[in-house]
Amino acid sequence: MSKNLIEVENLSIGYYNKGGKLVHVLKNVSLSIKPGETLGLVGESGCGKSTLGQAMMGYLRLGSQVMEGSILFSGKDMFGLSTRDLESIRGNKIALIPQNAGEALTPTMRVGKQIIETLELKTNVSGAATKNRMIELLGQVRLPHPEVMAERYPHELSGGQQQRVVVAMALAGQPDMLVLDEPTTGLDVTTQAHILELLRDIVAELGTAMMYISHDLGVIARVSDRVALMYAGEIVEDASAAEIFKSPAHPYARGLLASIPRLELAGIPNSMPGQPPIPGSLPGCSFTPRCPFATEICSSEPPELKMILQTPHLVRCHNWEKVVATDFSQELKDVYHIVEHKAQDVSAIELSDVEITYHQPNMIDRLRRTPEPPATVSDITLDIKRGETLALVGESGSGKSTIVRTISGLLPAKSGVIQFENCDLTVNVDKRTMDLCKKVQLIFQNPDASLNPRHTVAEIIDQPLKLYFPKMTRDERRARQIELLERVRLDGRYRLRYPGQMSGGEKQRVAIARAFAAEPDVVLCDEVTSALDVSVQAAVLDLLADLQQERNTTYIFIAHDLAVVRAIADRVAVLYQGRLCEVGTVDEIYSPPYHPYTETLMGAVLVPDPDTEPKLLASDTPELAPPAKGCAFQRRCPKFINDLCDEVTPPWQYPQDEDGHKIRCHIPINELLVV
Amino acid sequence: MTVTTQAVEELSPVKRRTPLADTWENLRRSWGGMIGLTLIVFHVLLALSSPYIVPQDPQLMDAPARNEAPSTEHLFGTDKLGRDMFSRSLVGGRVALVVTMLGTALAMTWGGLTGILLGFLGGKTDEYVMRVVDALLAIPWLLVLLLIISILGTNPWVQTLTFGFTYGYTAIRVARAATLDYVTHEFVLAARARGERKRTIVLKELLPNVLDVLLVDGAMTWSWMLLGFSSLSFLGFGVTPPTPDWGFMIAKNREILAIQPWAVFGPAIMLSTLIIGINLFSDALAKALGLDRSQGAPV
Ligand SMILES: Nc1ncnc2c1ncn2[C@@H]1O[C@H](COP(=O)(O)OP(=O)(O)OP(=O)(O)O)[C@@H](O)[C@H]1O
Ligand code: SF4
Ligand code: SF4
Ligand SMILES: [Mg+2]
Repeated sequence: MSKNLIEVENLSIGYYNKGGKLVHVLKNVSLSIKPGETLGLVGESGCGKSTLGQAMMGYLRLGSQVMEGSILFSGKDMFGLSTRDLESIRGNKIALIPQNAGEALTPTMRVGKQIIETLELKTNVSGAATKNRMIELLGQVRLPHPEVMAERYPHELSGGQQQRVVVAMALAGQPDMLVLDEPTTGLDVTTQAHILELLRDIVAELGTAMMYISHDLGVIARVSDRVALMYAGEIVEDASAAEIFKSPAHPYARGLLASIPRLELAGIPNSMPGQPPIPGSLPGCSFTPRCPFATEICSSEPPELKMILQTPHLVRCHNWEKVVATDFSQELKDVYHIVEHKAQDVSAIELSDVEITYHQPNMIDRLRRTPEPPATVSDITLDIKRGETLALVGESGSGKSTIVRTISGLLPAKSGVIQFENCDLTVNVDKRTMDLCKKVQLIFQNPDASLNPRHTVAEIIDQPLKLYFPKMTRDERRARQIELLERVRLDGRYRLRYPGQMSGGEKQRVAIARAFAAEPDVVLCDEVTSALDVSVQAAVLDLLADLQQERNTTYIFIAHDLAVVRAIADRVAVLYQGRLCEVGTVDEIYSPPYHPYTETLMGAVLVPDPDTEPKLLASDTPELAPPAKGCAFQRRCPKFINDLCDEVTPPWQYPQDEDGHKIRCHIPINELLVV
Repeated sequence: MTVTTQAVEELSPVKRRTPLADTWENLRRSWGGMIGLTLIVFHVLLALSSPYIVPQDPQLMDAPARNEAPSTEHLFGTDKLGRDMFSRSLVGGRVALVVTMLGTALAMTWGGLTGILLGFLGGKTDEYVMRVVDALLAIPWLLVLLLIISILGTNPWVQTLTFGFTYGYTAIRVARAATLDYVTHEFVLAARARGERKRTIVLKELLPNVLDVLLVDGAMTWSWMLLGFSSLSFLGFGVTPPTPDWGFMIAKNREILAIQPWAVFGPAIMLSTLIIGINLFSDALAKALGLDRSQGAPV
């Protein structure tokens, strides 16, 4: 057994709140990482993951303090070191890669220069060697044309490329350990998969240890050798990746794994009720209120983190034996349930040949007759049935939000027809009748931004009620608010809360209640679950499915997570650069024949199973604008046919019949069937 | 790390407190804010009550007792017409206070709402109106005030309107800048997509969010306006004599500064305590609202 590189021993971190009471953030956390090992740290938001990550770098949030315990890095106590010694360890021996790469880079400095500065600061490379080392580093993170890239400013790079530069900077001092805090959250699936492969390779090559923090179990499964699961500031399970994903022994691990939508399983998973308590606020096990295995002892005695079986598998649970005795794979199969609903054979929204552009030619363009750039979104023809859920999928910048905003009247369409029950939806919202506005409602991705922070929940839900039902009296509106809150499973007392006093999942429910207050026929959902924890995501999906069933509502559902789409959608439209690639039912989309782009997306999905490798087909170089002619996907397509794909717009092909599954590609269907 | 702790705090039992109560709570803890508030309240109460509590009639000219040094009878002495400076100092802020308070309210209302509307509308309207505003802001404000008041006269109502109008430009800029932070927020998009009227969006969605910036800016505008009013009065365009006013008193009694400094000190102390009070208060208010003072500063 080799020596540990970093050892966290019985660490408790807390702060005193305004009332002078001690609030724990971390409680008796112990874990260790060996050289070259990758530890994945998972848990719901707010459970203390980042606090632990920062503490490993010797950082504490202002006001927080170490209550007890220590962090030993190569035998040195991180909190006992002088600032100077700490500075020399940071970046040199241990480096941090934060979530938002864009913010970590200086916007006004060329990226090459930034890496050189880090090199000069953190290493003893000097002179001409720094430049070579910089180019070498950029090559190491697989940026194409490192010399060219080095000359760019951060904003001239895509999110994935920025993240690579940050990785290069972190590697500059050849650290023994990297702490990564959600480094791929917010990136596209394809980009994320590429970055993860890169990290895996680098670690294998350089022998760097990693602590990888994420709430995404798919990501954790891909990178980790070992996984530590956190709940309410405590480690509740610590085991090899294989064990924790195959036979989790803590009820929380089982609950989390059972709440992830799966690519290979149809239906919505079970959601976990409740939310984590404040660390240390319950006398017994913190998980008691949410635990299906809880017994009497759980609410009075806090369980110890103990070794179970012979393998190094630590679990903090009184009843782990009972948990392990139930067959997890069988349990998993039972939790996915399909909410039955019937789409009618009547069109709700019909789009034909819709084209949307952000380009506004100015006087000079018009005088010079500059040719217009290709429209952001073009050639969209879709027929969405009443009561159906149509998912729009595609990478960031593929025009999903643009289409939805046009349907809701926030953006004008350049040409084409959008028809809704004989009403024209290409017109701006100002020119729509109140009745039409009422029937089409929009829910956004980020509930923090979509709820006015200065309004109480009552005021938020009151807005559509006042607007669309002017005859309702105050008391009727009040009753309706409570009814709506109950429908989204929130207690009526939430009426008096402000958004700042609710969790992410609760806020999103309020946003859903607001949309449903209008009694809409069509609800446009723009990434409504991507800002939520998995445990909450399942509940929100369930809620949406139930609401749809009650009122036969039509959904247009934007998501980048293909597993979520699989769980909720009836039909899927795959978009690339504002052009449709493939349209079909969920079953048709999720099985061959695939459009090459769909195949790329599917291959990049990370599943919560350490044995499954992603298939990286196309490069992850994003494009800023669609090509002028030919297939939209031509520049990244692994199956590109020279002189055809770049010249001729590919035809729609129909594997079955003309009303069903369709794929837009030059390659014949029978060849696309071979994956 | 902010994220983590915030999330933890979010889960704690709900505090049934409105943002207003929170602000007051923060304000109460600040020494500067409480001193400022006390000074302001003192001046307002004084303005309301001074005519009834002054020891002597502030306009009474006691010819034999001219340029007298402070005594128990005349705490601040007398001016060259023999008027009691202490009484005059106490009542000398009444017109200034009323004109500037109303003027500030007016400036913040019209300027604030215009600013929010411009920020919300954006596009050509915003561009053109802002050019006009910038042009108007480029003219020295004292000149503008002097011009308008010399034409329209020194009637307090005219002054209120004039001050309210001219100080509204800065409020436009401040409100517009604050609004631009919010217009792209999805709650505004949501309101637009719902089909809400522009008026509702400006008043119900945007105003509550920029209100804190406007409040702080309003407090500062008030202190600037007081200085403005006193400057005008100093130049003889304030109140119609013989009504006492600090600015005018300072101007007139400068000549006797050497023999009777209190005739200047009295009104100067009154004016400065009020202005310092307002500044302390607006500083603390900005802090209590979690704003950077620089955001609320007039241009
Ligand atoms: N206001 C704008 N002006 C110019 N171009 C824009 C504007 N908004 C979006 N675009 C461009 O339009 C394209 C489509 O953007 P859109 O926001 O619809 O993508 P999306 O599929 O919703 O992506 P994401 O998954 O990141 O939300 C992108 O190339 C984007 O850069
Ligand atoms: S100790 Fe009890 S409540 Fe806690 S996880 Fe185990 S069974 Fe559940
Ligand atoms: S048409 Fe050509 S470039 Fe486009 S997806 Fe098919 S093979 Fe690829
Ligand atoms: Mg989007």
